[in-house]
Amino acid sequence: MRPFAYSRATDLDHAARLAGDGARPIAGGTNLLDLMKLEVETPDALVDINRLPLGGIETHGDGLRIGALVSNSACAADERIRRDYPVLARAILAGATFQLRNMATTAGNLCQRTRCYYFYNTDMPCNKRAPGSGCSAIGGFNRIHAILGASDACIATYPGDMAVALCALDATVEIAGRDGQARSVPVRAFHRLPGDAPERDNILEPGEVITAVMLPAPPGGKHIYRKVRDRSSYAFALVSIAAVVRMDRGAIASASLAFGALAHKPWHDTRIDDLLTGQAPSDALFDAAADRLLEGATGQGANDFKIPMARRILKAVLREATGDAT
Amino acid sequence: MPLTINGHDHDFAGDPRTTLLDFLRRDCNLTGTKKGCDHGQCGACTVLVNGQRINACLTLAIMHDGESITTIEGLGTPDNLDPIQAAFVRHDGYQCGYCTPGQICSAKAMLAEAASNWPSFVSEDLSGAVRLTREEIRERMSGNLCRCGAYSNIVDAIVDVMEREQ
Ligand SMILES: Cc1cc2nc3c(=O)[nH]c(=O)nc-3n(C[C@H](O)[C@H](O)[C@H](O)COP(=O)(O)OP(=O)(O)OC[C@H]3O[C@@H](n4cnc5c(N)ncnc54)[C@H](O)[C@@H]3O)c2cc1C
Ligand code: SF4
Repeated sequence: MRPFAYSRATDLDHAARLAGDGARPIAGGTNLLDLMKLEVETPDALVDINRLPLGGIETHGDGLRIGALVSNSACAADERIRRDYPVLARAILAGATFQLRNMATTAGNLCQRTRCYYFYNTDMPCNKRAPGSGCSAIGGFNRIHAILGASDACIATYPGDMAVALCALDATVEIAGRDGQARSVPVRAFHRLPGDAPERDNILEPGEVITAVMLPAPPGGKHIYRKVRDRSSYAFALVSIAAVVRMDRGAIASASLAFGALAHKPWHDTRIDDLLTGQAPSDALFDAAADRLLEGATGQGANDFKIPMARRILKAVLREATGDAT
Repeated sequence: MPLTINGHDHDFAGDPRTTLLDFLRRDCNLTGTKKGCDHGQCGACTVLVNGQRINACLTLAIMHDGESITTIEGLGTPDNLDPIQAAFVRHDGYQCGYCTPGQICSAKAMLAEAASNWPSFVSEDLSGAVRLTREEIRERMSGNLCRCGAYSNIVDAIVDVMEREQ
């Protein structure tokens, strides 16, 4: 690990000021330290935000406000989350292990970086790690890589589970900036596609610190998080789907779907939700939803299997969500 | 403020790069906690921080002043084993023993999490009381790898502890 200056933030302004001057916030450390040991990440300074008052899950309007430092364990164990937002609890519990989730925080989880093998391997070109050096995954081994929204510069995926559920729930990220500035960004717009700047995973600017994630009023309906992976526990997703679906008299009253491990960001396409809404469930309808999702999907060779797999999993999730009505 | 490790105060004043794991092993001479992968994947370095299990390899010692750390050395003594340690001995819950301190610390916290009704990925009902089936134990212990494959005996040991506690 390269040497770095360590400081502990005394308040949010202090954290934002240090972060604006180039210090990286460290929360649970489970992603950042892993990458620093490999010298994939080489920050000159860390600002430890763990003692800031950014914990706790509070009522906020009809919804909840989850503090940036709430651990993944505490979030998944919270009674309100389990009862009213089970898709979120399920997605968190599908990721990592109890040990890691005890350390991992809500904000750190959102900002976790890709698991692309070449991003981790400092001997190989990688535009995300070393902009302009090339992408080793294109034409290389790319089993875990993107089938949607990739670019010529990068085909990496966002690997996390929690954010996929947050997209289905249409949650919002609350961000503090320098000089007391604050802004809110929908989780659906927080992560970005690689384009020609794959070094940027999300829309955070230097000096910005995530303070909370807001959940809207409980959406009701059936909540499903389905994760397909190489082993049944403790592995990243190959395809995952978060679904919140409400039925009314045999028809889909509302549907909100988000997809993990298919793109550089958790994938959400309003057109899929719209296509399902108001319709009676049928195999043809589910195929139409899958067609919409996979419009423009491109395999890279080793990840071609994700295309038929995403279709099958989507149809299975929709069958379950609509009560096996077809 | 010092870190409290197994009830004793330890001051940290080293290189900020020092992980909690390296601090325990190198500076505190507490070598029971093992370094396996050093990347949070194997669980050999599992310790308890304020009662919660974590991977000591993915956190910095400098971040933990004022906190209470329990390592395997803090759980029992050779003459007075923790019930989980005794059960691992009874059931041969190890072969080479390298992952064992992490397994035991993990099991200790796992039983407390279940008693607080924390659900897991395999819990059918998210809101109900947790019943630790073998499937639940396997899922909840999946952060601790054992290259010798003593898994079935590890689960037996944990089941035994639960039955004796009831
Ligand atoms: C072996 C292993 C298996 C895993 N498996 C899974 C899995 O299956 N599914 C899954 O989803 N995840 C998985 N993870 C990833 C894990 O969920 C993340 O490492 C964790 O959520 C990161 O949270 P943290 O608080 O530790 O972040 P840190 O490591 O502290 O930080 C991560 C990033 O977030 C930034 N950051 C942190 N807090 C803030 C803030 N408040 N404002 C702005 N930036 C901030 C940091 O600067 C850093 O860039 C796994 C990790 C490991 C090591
Ligand atoms: S896919 Fe992205 S992260 Fe992976 S090697 Fe290419 S540029 Fe790097």
